[in-house]
Amino acid sequence: MSVVFERSKGLVDVKTHYCPGCSHGIVHRILAESLEEMGLLDEAICMSPVGCAVLALDYFEFDGIQAAHGRAPATATGIKRVHPDKTVITYQGDGDLASIGMCEIIHAAARGEKITTIFINNGIYGMTGGQMAPTTLPGMKATTAQLGRDVSLNGYPIRVAELISTLDGAKYVERVAVCSPAEVNKAKAAIKKALEVQKAGLGFSFVEVLCACPTNWGKTPVDALDFVKNEMIPYYPLGVKKDTTKEGQ
Amino acid sequence: MAKVLLKGNEAVVRAAIEAGCKYFFGYPITPQNEIPEYFSKELPKIGGAFVQGESEVASINMLYGAAAAGARAMTSSSSPGIALMQEGIGYISKAELPAVIVNMMRGGPGLGGIQPSQSDYHMCVKGGANGDYHNIVLAPGNVQELVDMVQEAFDIADQYGMLVIVLADGLIGQMMEPVELRKPKARPIEPKTWALTGPNGGKPHRIYNLKLQAPDLEQDNIDLFKKYEVIEKNETRYEDYMMDDAEFAFASYGTASRVVRTAVDKLRAEGYKIGLIRPQTLWPFPYEAFKRPNIKKYLDVELSMGQMIDDVAIACGDKNMIEFFGHTGGVLITVDEVCDFAKKIMGGAK
Repeated sequence: MSVVFERSKGLVDVKTHYCPGCSHGIVHRILAESLEEMGLLDEAICMSPVGCAVLALDYFEFDGIQAAHGRAPATATGIKRVHPDKTVITYQGDGDLASIGMCEIIHAAARGEKITTIFINNGIYGMTGGQMAPTTLPGMKATTAQLGRDVSLNGYPIRVAELISTLDGAKYVERVAVCSPAEVNKAKAAIKKALEVQKAGLGFSFVEVLCACPTNWGKTPVDALDFVKNEMIPYYPLGVKKDTTKEGQ
Repeated sequence: MAKVLLKGNEAVVRAAIEAGCKYFFGYPITPQNEIPEYFSKELPKIGGAFVQGESEVASINMLYGAAAAGARAMTSSSSPGIALMQEGIGYISKAELPAVIVNMMRGGPGLGGIQPSQSDYHMCVKGGANGDYHNIVLAPGNVQELVDMVQEAFDIADQYGMLVIVLADGLIGQMMEPVELRKPKARPIEPKTWALTGPNGGKPHRIYNLKLQAPDLEQDNIDLFKKYEVIEKNETRYEDYMMDDAEFAFASYGTASRVVRTAVDKLRAEGYKIGLIRPQTLWPFPYEAFKRPNIKKYLDVELSMGQMIDDVAIACGDKNMIEFFGHTGGVLITVDEVCDFAKKIMGGAK
């Protein structure tokens, strides 16, 4: 009997703590598959953020460390400077990366650190219970914006991929979504491309992934995917924001 | 090795490189800027890396990464910068990673001033981050001791899996003295098999900071404190000066203790039976050094409003036995001031 599908060798065979319909599982899988297919599992080191993915290191069959809230790009910088030949990844959510860690991500990108950041944008704080994130959409409800985000009071969501793409040290920047099988395939291709940029030593690479958080959005998993498609993508347009590789020029 | 004339801050760099430190992460702040400046020139030459972090917060988290990657690495800063680093200090302490910080203290609180001070005793010795933890705190009294302690700090950090803080001040950092780079005593240091290097065909390395189950976290902290007991037993250090027949004893460390030492010489010449107990490790604190039946009073002298005084009180068991003199905010003490203070306490007791 031929094997048509199996779990990536980059994933530990355990149940995760993620909620039903949460996108973390998909992104973990495509990251692990990408590393495996590129032969990088043995040299990969991934920063787990503060947030729901703080336990990601328990699900990956490669090295991991729990970074302080928002500081993953700084910790990754320390590791990459010591081991320039290893594949160093930060896996960060929107509160972690775009709120408390905005300084660290901007400067890691500006320095052109040869690391890859996977940015999970679900527009909400997951682990602490649905508070407003820097990426919460206008009008979207959160436990700290109970009537919906009022931009006159709370300001506007940040389009992080576009922001990062303005920095010369950032060599590959793409925004993807994991709301359908076709989009998941594109997301995986983006992660592989970002890892290739790191391995080629070109500089910083960044993949923003629009994700669903059914629990904190108060939606079913299926409705949450529709929300990504119908509400998030229009505000956060998908696509390559910057590609300085030969193929992109 | 012949002696060389070095400024304290430059001496830190020479000593660290001698100890095998190849990575430095730091942010500019007076009065320690010569440290990052000199590192930025030297580290690329030896295949290491210097990174000017975007903040002290980033710098300490870079150090967290480099230490986790198994390297000998350090940062340096001065008081307000060390305040900003407290988050990362807690993370490094929880993960039990070996790392070194040099703090060239200046006056505070807040932005404070840029003149030498010893007012970070509480922050560094008692701990400014959250949770149950200690850092090893070494207190050099001159540039030679600064060099010795910076070198040894890397070995101590590796031996115990500890963050070691070399707590000096702006005066030691800015002062030039002839120094010799000496090999520290050999210590038992295990290979860093836990370091993040990628699995390399083996099991993944994982470095944790979170423990969600309260009993697990409690057990971690109990284990941590068992390690601290060993360090207290092995690493506590102090120096006696003129203590053999002393009836009064100064308690002073770092720059303040140099002034006090001269004051002891002067007072001895006048016939006073006074000596100096100089803690060289502030954590672990040399509590045993202050259990002396012949001493009538301990004279605590610091460049602060009196922060070590609590430890001296715990050590001698009677806060009424302690008198304090100091200047703070960057004002230095003079030998004459210290002598006058001591004479007032001692009265005619020669």
